[in-house]
Amino acid sequence: MPLSFDHTPSLVAYLTCGDPDLATSRDIALAAIEAGADVIELGVPFSDPVADGPVIQRASERALRHGTSLLQVVGLAKEIRQRSQAGLIIFTYLNPILRMGMARFCAAAQEAGVDGALITDLPVEESHDYLSEMRKRSLATVFLAAPTSTDARLKQIAQVSSGFVYAVSRTGVTGARQQMPEDAPKLVSRLRRYTDRPVAVGFGISTSAQFKAVGKFADAAVVGSAIVETIERNPGKEAESVAQFVKQLLAVGRQSSALPR
Amino acid sequence: MAALDELERHYERAKRDRSFQRRLDELLRTYAGRPTPLFLAQRLTKKLGGAKIYLKREDLLHTGAHKINNCLGQALLVERMGKHRVIAETGAGQHGVATATVCALLGFECVVYMGTEDMRRQELNVFRMRLLGAEVRGVDSGSRTLKDAINEAMRDWVTNVRTTHYLLGSVLGAHPYPTMVRDFHKVTGREARAQILKAEGKLPKTIIACVGGGSNSIGIFYEFIKDKKVQLVGVEAGGRGARLGEHAARFSGGSPGVMQGTYSYVLQDEAGQISTTHSVSAGLDYPSIGPEHAWLRDTGRAEYVSASDAEAIDACTLLARMEGIIPALESAHAVAEVIKRAPRMKTSDVIIVNVSGRGDKDIGILRENLKLD
Repeated sequence: MPLSFDHTPSLVAYLTCGDPDLATSRDIALAAIEAGADVIELGVPFSDPVADGPVIQRASERALRHGTSLLQVVGLAKEIRQRSQAGLIIFTYLNPILRMGMARFCAAAQEAGVDGALITDLPVEESHDYLSEMRKRSLATVFLAAPTSTDARLKQIAQVSSGFVYAVSRTGVTGARQQMPEDAPKLVSRLRRYTDRPVAVGFGISTSAQFKAVGKFADAAVVGSAIVETIERNPGKEAESVAQFVKQLLAVGRQSSALPR
Repeated sequence: MAALDELERHYERAKRDRSFQRRLDELLRTYAGRPTPLFLAQRLTKKLGGAKIYLKREDLLHTGAHKINNCLGQALLVERMGKHRVIAETGAGQHGVATATVCALLGFECVVYMGTEDMRRQELNVFRMRLLGAEVRGVDSGSRTLKDAINEAMRDWVTNVRTTHYLLGSVLGAHPYPTMVRDFHKVTGREARAQILKAEGKLPKTIIACVGGGSNSIGIFYEFIKDKKVQLVGVEAGGRGARLGEHAARFSGGSPGVMQGTYSYVLQDEAGQISTTHSVSAGLDYPSIGPEHAWLRDTGRAEYVSASDAEAIDACTLLARMEGIIPALESAHAVAEVIKRAPRMKTSDVIIVNVSGRGDKDIGILRENLKLD
């Protein structure tokens, strides 16, 4: 189903699946959706999360300790899909997919009712097979655009992206920060020259002020480490704590951008 | 990607710039100590009773290993790019020391990432880096060895990419690193080829080198790839067993995968998680292997074998006693293979073994394993 960004900004919530366990991850995802998240990124833990800061590194290590796998995360997506129509994106590094087989992964993702995927370390140049397998199943291919990406590269990224484009707000890895960096609005405006698709800004967003600020120039904000840290800090009441966090994040009030029916 | 493209552009320009090459050659000669000798190991040859064994003495280079070839090359590129901060990863510490060395030579800020497990087993090198003015940052995540140090170095690089160059130490990573690092090391093979022709009037039958990331081995192999009759043999770390996690033999235990920006043979589990590895030698203790080696192996041009921890330690002792040379534990893996192979060969055959580094840094480990005191 098409990913819908019905608010300005919409909220894309990331969590590392399997931290503390898959059942809790399911509850967290559903709670976040209920609290107002538009899209959930289901993170697959990886042994070498080179693009991630310490919060997601720790979550990945915990999730891997009880063997959380790509296959299980796809299964989790299926369970969530049975209870919700919210957007679901599988967020993973490439190797677990290569190991499973690209076609096999895409077929499983389609069968589970997932909307798309984002493969952190798959550059546009190497994405031919992925694009073909995803497109024939009408699954969205989300790519990352960085502040250091050249215009030519942004154009390439725009061409292969579907669903939305993920604009990384700063040079760096995942992790909450105090301020919004100046890189973000410029990157989004450069991207908009090449794409009409929704643009989501991510990395470092953790407060409602930052969330609201993103809404001024982008269509969605991705919140990852702040949610993962909330989970880490609230053992036994992860889902409620995330729901509370999301409500507080969205409390700034945002416009509905859905067209009137 | 932008940083990789920028690096590639600078590198391509430098390759065509004769003044770059002249300056690099001068530093390799007057600072690093090139050319390194090719030494006929007569006592070892006699003891093994087979092929004639020559040792390419990369261990005689400044800082004690081949790593400096690549560090000097990349440091000159850093100058051309106008950057002032250099970061590196290190396993055994030799690459870290060589990086700290060239940063001191050219006046760059230097940060080296090292797994805390590696810091413990290669203390001497940690001290050397600090003495040379580098900051050594311990990495406590994952297996606390080389691959984790690389992860942290990559995180630093993406964060500080505008001011910082990542001086990668082996033929790994995203393009242009595998090609560029190999190009900076091929001087080893170029010299060895000229030296052996002068000494023996013919090419060697076999060239043997240890393979961690693959830089010293590709460095000695490269010039000989076109000489189809020359056998190229890479020796991986056989560690202490055949199970996943007990060794670092990528070709026997691994399968194609992507880690740290490279597609090559990787030791991994069925879910595609990268495996931990083991070797007594920190420099070989890495789950992936340079993609050029994957190509050499898949096309049948080179053969890859392994030597166990115990075999490497024994080889170390033998070379020390037969030739008065204490090799690094990494290089000792290549020596272990020559011990197995030479006796089966004709006395008219010539083998060249790349002694990629010296063993001072390994005294602590050798002491733990040998009852000599």
